[in-house]
Amino acid sequence: MKIALFATCIVDAMYPRTAQATVALLERLGHEVVFPAGQACCGQMHVNSGYFKEAHTVVANHVKAFDTDDYDVAVAPSGSCVASVKHQHELVARRCGDAPLEERAAAVGARTYELSQLLTDVLGITDAAAQLGSYFPHKVTYHPSCHGMRLLRLEDRQLNLLKSVGGIEMVELPEADQCCGFGGTFSMKNADVSAAMNQDKAANICGTGAELCSGGDASCLMHIGGGLSRQGSDVGTLHFAEILASTLENPVTVTGGVTLAGSKR
Amino acid sequence: MSAREDIMGRIASALRDAPETPVVPREYRRSSNMSAEQRLEQLVDRLEDYKAHVFVTPAAQAPAKLAELLAGSASIVVPHGLPREWLAELTDDAGSLEVHVDSPERRLTVAELDAVDAVVTAAATAVSETGTIMLDGSEAQGRRIISLVPDRHICLLRAGDIVEVLPEAIARLEATRPQTWISGPSATSDIELERVEGVHGPRTLDVIILT
Amino acid sequence: MSNTFLGMPTLPVFGHGNLNATEPFPQAARRELANTQLRANLGHATHTIRDKRLKVVAELPDWEQMRDSGSAIKDATMANLPAMLEAFEANFTKRGGIIHWARDAQEANEIVTALIRETGETEVVKVKSMATQEIGLNEYLEEQGIAAYETDLAELIVQLDHDKPSHILVPAIHKNRSQVREIFLREMPGVDPLLTDEPARLAEAARKHLRKKFLTAKVAISGANFGLADTGTLTVVESEGNGRMCLTLPETLITVMGIEKLLPSWSDLEVFMQLLPRSSTGERMNPYTSLWTGVTPGDGPQNVHLIMLDNGRTAALADKMGRTALNCIRCSACMNVCPVYERTGGHAYGSTYPGPIGAILSPLMTGIKSEENNSLPYASSLCGACFDACPVKINIPEILVHLRGEDIDSQRAKIKVPTQMDLMMKGAEWAFSSGAKLNLLERGLPLGKLAAGRDKVIKKLPGIAGGWTKTRDIPAPPNRSFRQWWDKEHKPGTAVVPGMTPGNSAENSEGEQA
Repeated sequence: MKIALFATCIVDAMYPRTAQATVALLERLGHEVVFPAGQACCGQMHVNSGYFKEAHTVVANHVKAFDTDDYDVAVAPSGSCVASVKHQHELVARRCGDAPLEERAAAVGARTYELSQLLTDVLGITDAAAQLGSYFPHKVTYHPSCHGMRLLRLEDRQLNLLKSVGGIEMVELPEADQCCGFGGTFSMKNADVSAAMNQDKAANICGTGAELCSGGDASCLMHIGGGLSRQGSDVGTLHFAEILASTLENPVTVTGGVTLAGSKR
Repeated sequence: MSAREDIMGRIASALRDAPETPVVPREYRRSSNMSAEQRLEQLVDRLEDYKAHVFVTPAAQAPAKLAELLAGSASIVVPHGLPREWLAELTDDAGSLEVHVDSPERRLTVAELDAVDAVVTAAATAVSETGTIMLDGSEAQGRRIISLVPDRHICLLRAGDIVEVLPEAIARLEATRPQTWISGPSATSDIELERVEGVHGPRTLDVIILT
Repeated sequence: MSNTFLGMPTLPVFGHGNLNATEPFPQAARRELANTQLRANLGHATHTIRDKRLKVVAELPDWEQMRDSGSAIKDATMANLPAMLEAFEANFTKRGGIIHWARDAQEANEIVTALIRETGETEVVKVKSMATQEIGLNEYLEEQGIAAYETDLAELIVQLDHDKPSHILVPAIHKNRSQVREIFLREMPGVDPLLTDEPARLAEAARKHLRKKFLTAKVAISGANFGLADTGTLTVVESEGNGRMCLTLPETLITVMGIEKLLPSWSDLEVFMQLLPRSSTGERMNPYTSLWTGVTPGDGPQNVHLIMLDNGRTAALADKMGRTALNCIRCSACMNVCPVYERTGGHAYGSTYPGPIGAILSPLMTGIKSEENNSLPYASSLCGACFDACPVKINIPEILVHLRGEDIDSQRAKIKVPTQMDLMMKGAEWAFSSGAKLNLLERGLPLGKLAAGRDKVIKKLPGIAGGWTKTRDIPAPPNRSFRQWWDKEHKPGTAVVPGMTPGNSAENSEGEQA
């Protein structure tokens, strides 16, 4: 299968390893990965902040980059960006009176998948250890980000993939379904409420005794990790793609305040 | 222009895009799969869950059950259409019990109602799934006020009038009759969202289900 | 009546009254967040009700089917509102009820006052009603020399404390039992000085306090949960019996109901009386539901009035993207699950309608430019919990985003200095308008390292981003972007992820390894 990677702007610029891990996983399964060079951002920051006119430019660019026959399906390692592509792009086009874009956006959205959706529903991965060689001997908890959970209805896809990683110990996060408080520009416009939400999330994470909190959205993980870091916590955050990409031969290694047994394998 | 015309004009203008009227799906349960015994059992469970006292009694023993529940009471009110045979045993050993009959000819005042110990009524129907008894103001149930002001409500319900789900009850009731749907004694969740029973309505609800 | 509109389109006429945030939400929220007692009370109450709701919703095998029906019934009602209103009016009037129409809050208050004056009374008892809260009826009546007594326990608590409601179902949700006890001891004449803070004892105190009022009241004022068009029937859903007292004992009953509260038919109640109690108090059924159709000779009030209120509802109806907000049945499930409401409480929203539904309903009814209501649609992280909980499936997050767009567009119309947010969005529009431009920008990523300290995190940013760095670090950016790695190093089939570094640093593949 020829799979187009939509890296998403935040992963592209801030967390390139997450995209590299996504590529590694797909290629490990024997698929061809392409990276449409014109891609930039899904535009949800603009949409969610009410800047529809500006969002139109960004959405138009995404549709232009992905409205090609050069791939079978597109994938992004982000629930919220895929939710934006699938749910918001048509809305933006409609609101801006751009009927041709609306139609093309719908077509692009229809063949765009979130990573765990693609792995589970299309590529049939049910056992990451056996099928992907995933190995990550650490104690991990998991935050299901809101848009993946409620807009894409990913249910336990990401969690089940993590649970099937070799050597991993998954611990349940209390109140996992509660928002971390990121919400894009919400975290700036309503910084105090956002911080209060993030503090509760951090307390729940720390209470699990996990070494790491995993999830499927780099933005939420940056928010959660940023709060943990400021509190001086040793608990870090890591995208589930990177945990799946970790193998016995090429384990994820760890720096900074996080000390993990076996990390210097 | 009258306020009515003004508002109607505003609505017409607001709807000038002529939004579509959707076809309403009705995929929810509209009839029961339960046996009569199961409905009875469920109703008892749900009423008790909301702190009503429930007594399942053969119809022939209704008078005795009522007399037992009212032992020690000084006065009650009943609607004029309440089956008189239910009251047959009330005066035997409890000779001092006053029975006030509320009728179109003789309507009890608020003060009189406030002075009685209990009200005894029938019920129109009941929904077992929600533990709800419905009164519709017919002659055996009386005016709404009589089942409200006394602090204790004893309600006699025929087991055959129990349905499982709300749509079945709606089908049996007539919309334009004054209705009171009762699910347990009066209650409130207004303090810390914890339910406590007993506020302004009757603080005791006894339900006698006649089999 | 046909819905074909032949006249000139009129501009939306917005509502007035207690529908406004009077200070920007972030500012109000900051103050409320600092109240630790409030946060503890709200946290306790919202978690209690969430669990109860989930439990009773899970009991029903057809909950989702019921939501689908509820949503469609309300959409159908709105699409045919003129015909619904006419049918309701005819049926209610036929049975002796009298209908009045009120364009706005002021007009509704004047009608109620005139109706009370006709009876010669100067005291009225009230059943909890959002519509009368919205129009500020109690305050208006007080100015007119009429005393209105709230009879719902929570409303009574708020009224005795000279406070404002903070929740549409449990207006005193921000008070805990010991605070309620203090209020009763302070404000309730003749209260037992040995009153404890047990909820059952507090409820009993309220019973004693209001009993005489109920038994002697001549006039009652209520709202209505539903009006059934095909029969002209009104419904009030309650728990305590105060509603029954008000709806049954007085000679005169005056009901104020928004025009959107109709359902097409009697049988539609079978859907809504399942959706509402389970969504609101988390009960299978609320203790009491009263239904009346006009006047019943010899039973209940013989002088029965209904005021049909617009007050901005037609303006909300005119907003194609926002009109489904009118489908709201005031269950409060959205605020009970909202992580923002849980932390700020209802007062932060200013309006009678707080929480997620309030954040859309208030600006839809008043217009986005009214007072500080343009700050309300931003009072959400768009987590979507409200949409999942809504029994009539109002897509609150989508309407929030739509109203943010309305706000930004209304700001654009002004000649003004661009805000930091405007500039950020413009900059991002440029950067995200092509892969080449984003690539160009990403070449500057290593510069971000200069902002980071030795621990490779950024701890302070200027301007609006400073709100973020007040409580959160930002990782130092990587040396290069993914797309640069892809262009330079990616060889198909060989991708491994060397030196992946979890944790709070975004250090890239070339970074230091442990």
